[in-house]
Amino acid sequence: MSWQEEAKRVADGIRRRVTAFTLKNGGGYLSQACSSAEILATLYTKVMNLGPSVAPPVPPPFRGVPRAGNEDYATGAGYNGPKEPHLDRFFISPVHYALVLYATLVETGRMAEEGLLMFNQDGSTVEMIGAEHSPGHELMAGSLGQALSQVIGIALARREHGESGRNFVFMSDGEFMIGQTWEAVETLAFYKLDSVVVYIDANGQSADGRIDEVMRIEPLKDRLLAFGAVAVEVDGHDVEALAAAAEVPHEGKALFVIARTNPYCGVEVLAERAPRFHYIRFTRPEEKEALERFYVEKWGGKK
Amino acid sequence: MGGQEVKLETQVHQRNLVKWAADKPEVVVFSADLTSSTEVRLFAETYPERFYSFGMTEQNMISAAGGMAREGFTPWVHTFAVFLYRRALDQIQMSVAYPNLRVRIVGFLPGITTPGGATHQAIEDVAIMRAVPNMTVLETGDATDVETVLDVAQAVDGPVYIRMLRGQIPRLFTEPFKLGRARHLKKGTDLALFTAGITTEEAMRATEVLEKKGVSITHLHVTTHKPFDDPAVLEAIENARYGVITFENHTIVGGLGSEVAEVMAEAGVGKKLLRLGIPDTYAHGGSRPYLMRYYGLDALALVRGVERMLGEELGIEEEDLKAVRLEPVHGDFKAEAL
Repeated sequence: MSWQEEAKRVADGIRRRVTAFTLKNGGGYLSQACSSAEILATLYTKVMNLGPSVAPPVPPPFRGVPRAGNEDYATGAGYNGPKEPHLDRFFISPVHYALVLYATLVETGRMAEEGLLMFNQDGSTVEMIGAEHSPGHELMAGSLGQALSQVIGIALARREHGESGRNFVFMSDGEFMIGQTWEAVETLAFYKLDSVVVYIDANGQSADGRIDEVMRIEPLKDRLLAFGAVAVEVDGHDVEALAAAAEVPHEGKALFVIARTNPYCGVEVLAERAPRFHYIRFTRPEEKEALERFYVEKWGGKK
Repeated sequence: MGGQEVKLETQVHQRNLVKWAADKPEVVVFSADLTSSTEVRLFAETYPERFYSFGMTEQNMISAAGGMAREGFTPWVHTFAVFLYRRALDQIQMSVAYPNLRVRIVGFLPGITTPGGATHQAIEDVAIMRAVPNMTVLETGDATDVETVLDVAQAVDGPVYIRMLRGQIPRLFTEPFKLGRARHLKKGTDLALFTAGITTEEAMRATEVLEKKGVSITHLHVTTHKPFDDPAVLEAIENARYGVITFENHTIVGGLGSEVAEVMAEAGVGKKLLRLGIPDTYAHGGSRPYLMRYYGLDALALVRGVERMLGEELGIEEEDLKAVRLEPVHGDFKAEAL
């Protein structure tokens, strides 16, 4: 199988798994899977240089938050491989995409399928909105706009330590409403942190609806360029374009890949929900039945 | 004996930090465009590779400090306290405190130590930072506290907030302070008095005169607001015949007064507690002596508080307090022997 085929297989698996959970749970962050499936699939299968998972295939239960004396504590970073100087690191910022990331980990063999069954169960770390103990997560990022700044600290430290690995950050376009995000972008430029590569799921959606009706963030590319970054725009559902974007030269500057995406790509039955995609709820039985039918037609009985 | 002035020292942190950090390559300093104002200019000049300018991006700076701490460095983040615990509280909580990271948040301009007015005066920082899980909260009251807080903080395996002093600072003590242990300045049986930061010097002035009037006081200088578990605190409270007074350069809500109240309530000590401090109000800009008088933070305010608690007037006036000559305290209870 070519890497393109593998990336597409992973993306399809992400959509299938997140759709299944949305049906099972009576709701979920499904549009995020639709928009970001190819981004995460391409990052994990082609772009990032990660080692194999060093975390238990089935995630351990919740064993307390970080605090003095909690020796059992670990973040979910081990699913992204060991921390080595030459290896890349991955940081997810909009952690309400957690299920999308968990599905990615399963599809790429980093987490067992049983781990997904723990999703949103009490006492589990496979939480609905990921915390740093959740599989594939390394930072507390649920208060949006903080991850990129945290990665600045990590990137500065890795540079001091002479590490060559890159630092990949997955962000949502809604985070570019936030002042701290722009503080971080200017700081990336100030410190010439070219080890930082940001993939933005630019699905044009936020909690209230279409971003352009909530706050003005465009022209995102021009703004990023003006702030001293290298920025490119690609079709966020084109795995080759997503992979090629990582190769854009950006010496001395952080690289931002604005992946223009569609919030119902691959689950077209959601299209009629426009302009509200943030959290898919079923307010009428027919809505759920429509998604059920779509699922069976597209993926058969397999869940 | 007219000399009331205790020995003042300047730029204590500026010089001390550079000396202290010389053999600690893991120590890095973050600054938010207030490098000179927070006495880290000399650090920046001496160790430019360990100095990080973040400009006025405090939220970004705090999150970045968390990131750097995750990779083994110990960021000492310097700026005015208000821009940290107010502006960047969410970042302090989620990027630093939740992950229990070794970030040292050095907040300057506690209470009314600045003429900068309400925007610059950290009057409720202890209350807020004390409520943050995993956070250790320290406060400095003299030059020795300012110097020795570095070792105390660096030994904590988690985040630390420090109420820091700058500029001209009295040297009241000669011994290093210890985490979770108050300094004992006087031992007596009428009142238990707790002070922290700049109120300690004022209190030392007042207690000298009060003692001459026959008021017997146990006086503890608190440097650790959290954890607040020094057994000497309860002991002092239990031994106080008339009651307990707290005296702080902070609002009376959530700071030292509340810390002592919690200890009293949990131990079931039914005694009067008088909380002296900024009375649940914002302050305004002005000189330090003016503000200390206006908000009731000077030695005379404490004397009046003691009178209220004892229910009698002691006949102490401004001139009596001015005549007090303070000497550095060399160890616990040394002041008693003077």
